[in-house]
Amino acid sequence: MKRSIKWLPLLGLLPGLVLADELNSGDTAWMLTSTALVLFMTIPGLSLFYAGMVRAKNALSVMMQCFAITALVTIIWTVYGYSLAFSDGGSMNAFVGGVSNFLFANVTVDSLSGTIPETVFAMFQLTFAIITPALIVGAFAERMKFSAMLWFTAIWVTLVYFPVAHWVWGGGWLGEDGALDFAGGTVVHINAGIAGLVAALVLGKRKGFPTTAMPPHSLMLTLVGASMLWVGWFGFNAGSELAADGVSGMAMFVTQIATAAAALTWTFAEWARHGRPSALGIASGAVAGLVAITPAAGFVGPGGAIVIGIASGLGCFWGATTLKKKMGYDDSLDCFGVHGIGGIIGALLTGVFVSESLGGSGLAEGVTMAGQLWVQSYAVIATIVYGAIVTFVILKVLDAIIGLRVDEDQETEGLDVALHGERGYTL
Amino acid sequence: MKLVSAVIKPFKLDDVREALSEIGVRGITVTEVKGFGRQKGHTELYRGAEYVVDFLPKIKLEVAIDTDLLDQVIETLCKAAGTGKIGDGKIFVTPLENVVRIRTGETGVDAI
Repeated sequence: MKRSIKWLPLLGLLPGLVLADELNSGDTAWMLTSTALVLFMTIPGLSLFYAGMVRAKNALSVMMQCFAITALVTIIWTVYGYSLAFSDGGSMNAFVGGVSNFLFANVTVDSLSGTIPETVFAMFQLTFAIITPALIVGAFAERMKFSAMLWFTAIWVTLVYFPVAHWVWGGGWLGEDGALDFAGGTVVHINAGIAGLVAALVLGKRKGFPTTAMPPHSLMLTLVGASMLWVGWFGFNAGSELAADGVSGMAMFVTQIATAAAALTWTFAEWARHGRPSALGIASGAVAGLVAITPAAGFVGPGGAIVIGIASGLGCFWGATTLKKKMGYDDSLDCFGVHGIGGIIGALLTGVFVSESLGGSGLAEGVTMAGQLWVQSYAVIATIVYGAIVTFVILKVLDAIIGLRVDEDQETEGLDVALHGERGYTL
Repeated sequence: MKLVSAVIKPFKLDDVREALSEIGVRGITVTEVKGFGRQKGHTELYRGAEYVVDFLPKIKLEVAIDTDLLDQVIETLCKAAGTGKIGDGKIFVTPLENVVRIRTGETGVDAI
């Protein structure tokens, strides 16, 4: 979020106070729409994207996980998540918000956040809090217990997502230090990517990986899901301007450009390396571009978007294929390969292409590109280190108490039947 | 009576069905099967993970015939299902002990 919204939650304490920021129905209409678009990215965009890539016997379990995460995070957000991410944390404010907005205590129908109702702002942010843990599903697909997944989601958003969101957007240290993250390169993608990598390592490989063939059961669903993600992402990126203005217009445009560039790059890279361009490749490339442009969307111009797209197309192609094969971890749906690596590339290149000379919105007063790159770098590193450590601890503790992984027979039978007593397909 | 089973390339099914019908064989059972003989499989690639797919989709058809018709059926099948390329398939001939038409109870050649 480009605008400083540190003080805005406090407006909730002063109902009826008229300030320079008044309700703008254009902004509000767009933000209501954006919110719906971003929720659509999770259900069913991401759900289908992922479900299509797993084996048929686990397809329903992926849909179930995403749906359940949506519902669970919504309640947590309502009770304390919004407050921890976006309210004033007093002496702890550099690290996390406070309790003033538990159960939205200080938010009324008339509360404003900038030019939009605070409820709309909070709801928009909720959709981000939902999709981030949903992304992690891609790393532990086909082998995690549903109960463990629910516990993990609840604890992870509490200990990782809310603090990191606060660091960058809620008035915490990274935002204050000038880290640029328009729509969630660190908060969403690097967070999910690193958590995914850790989860893949802690849970271990799927039975039979990598020698048993586990091809996607329905690339049709995956392509449909990827398409929904592309379109929905306009809400994610352009909506992060929190207004309907020139910046949101440019954000939408550069999102399109970077995505297209990345999709083509992955396609050509695959064509060159493996001899044929694939549908899974072009869809993955598009997602890689979407991820990388996320932190940059409100700060870079079209030229920068092309470079970011190409860089992410190449980087994520390498990450999801070569790196994964070499290192041997079973990041089943390339949560780290695409979101982790794409997020890192995007976050760093944001520091470069924000520069006015490169078509961006301009570096902050007195900040050099090197200086901005430094801030971007430690924002990335802090997110990675904190996320990795806390995720690891959460998983290890959960594993000790309830166990993370399904047993071998359940894994073989498939989670749909074993955990949910249902079939995704009765053909 | 004979039970003639043939494993053929899937796209040849319509040609075979028509050709058999022309020589008087009107009943046929078809199943979708997988298999290979000398025809090589292919590789599929998903995000850099390569899989060798040995099994190829084929169609298996079965017809029950009067022994008199056997040579004609074999000739017709070969002509209709053949492409000249590896993977055309095989025909298996087994003796058929009895046939019963469920609706009427007819048996033997009358039931074919």
